[in-house]
Amino acid sequence: MKPRQKRLLLIIAVLALVSLAALLVLKAFKSNLVFFYTPTEVVEGKVPVARAFRIGGMVVDGSLQRKQDGVSVSFSVTDTIHAIDVTYEGILPDLFQEGKGVVAQGRLSENGSFIADQVLAKHDENYMPPEAAEALKRAREMKLSE
Amino acid sequence: MRFWKYSTPQNFYPAAKKIAAVFFVLALCFGIPGLYIGFFVAPTDHQQGEAYRIIFIHVPAAWMSMFIYVVMAFWAAVGLILNTRLSSMLAQALAPTGALMTFLALWTGAFWGRPTWGTWWVWDARLTSELVLLFLYVGFIALRASIEDPRRADKASAILAIVGVVNVPIIYFSVKWWNTLHQGASVSLTKAPSMASDMLLGMLLMALSFWMYSIAVSMLRVRKIIRDRERNSGWLNN
Repeated sequence: MKPRQKRLLLIIAVLALVSLAALLVLKAFKSNLVFFYTPTEVVEGKVPVARAFRIGGMVVDGSLQRKQDGVSVSFSVTDTIHAIDVTYEGILPDLFQEGKGVVAQGRLSENGSFIADQVLAKHDENYMPPEAAEALKRAREMKLSE
Repeated sequence: MRFWKYSTPQNFYPAAKKIAAVFFVLALCFGIPGLYIGFFVAPTDHQQGEAYRIIFIHVPAAWMSMFIYVVMAFWAAVGLILNTRLSSMLAQALAPTGALMTFLALWTGAFWGRPTWGTWWVWDARLTSELVLLFLYVGFIALRASIEDPRRADKASAILAIVGVVNVPIIYFSVKWWNTLHQGASVSLTKAPSMASDMLLGMLLMALSFWMYSIAVSMLRVRKIIRDRERNSGWLNN
């Protein structure tokens, strides 16, 4: 074998080993790399109890309630299977909307609701002008009323 | 084989000048209509308002940051295997542009994240792995700079570049593999783009422009590297 073929093989071997190592590390970290848990995981008790964590999902339509004091809000987060009630004191991001994605950080209270100390809006990958969004919404409503 | 002629710095040096000129012109040809469409033609987004216009810089920069790394690692590996000087010089020339693109992607992303998500930065898988990419670029540049002998610097930095390549698929697939705050891909090879056509056109033009710019500026940089490293070989002065 020529030296350059040796070097090529060596590099391929190194790359394969590093990939394998990375794969194993990622597999081991899989649960820790999760940025947020879904409401179903919360209900099934797969979430950390002692420390703060994040939950993510869709804000249930019509669930957003603003309290009298003007800064406290409550809403439900769902993954279409289970829903969790969230309470939060603070300013919601501009993109926070019912029916849209949200990620809240905080901890579970004793009665099973989630007390958030940070609320982030999760944007989806769809980019469209307002007219197109309006048309889509109308089409969906037509479908529902049929 | 005529092509191999250009694998020596001596022959590549004049060719790089011509390539740079052509690709700078192309970068302008794509970039000017791209920016025009991005700022004046593309409609406002139904949710994010005008803030979404960051994608005309953010997405091309993020694509280039990953792509340049792969190309850089490829040339570094070729340099290591075939012992060709020019390959390592190309890898060396690509690193600053790649680092710039990574920085741009992170920086514009932070500006977009503040109004859209409600935060400048989160430690989710996509953002963190992109930050690791920036550190890889900076590490590559720093490692080169710390070794006096350029041929030894070529070898040491090539190994770093090759090992770091595993990070690129992690960045790309992070939004699929894990729950992240960062949204999934709007444009990919496997499905129809989920974007209005004017927005997509502006973004693709900007992406092409970034490609052309990256090629052009790397060619200029490789010329400077050749001048530095071959200054004692004599042919440059003729």
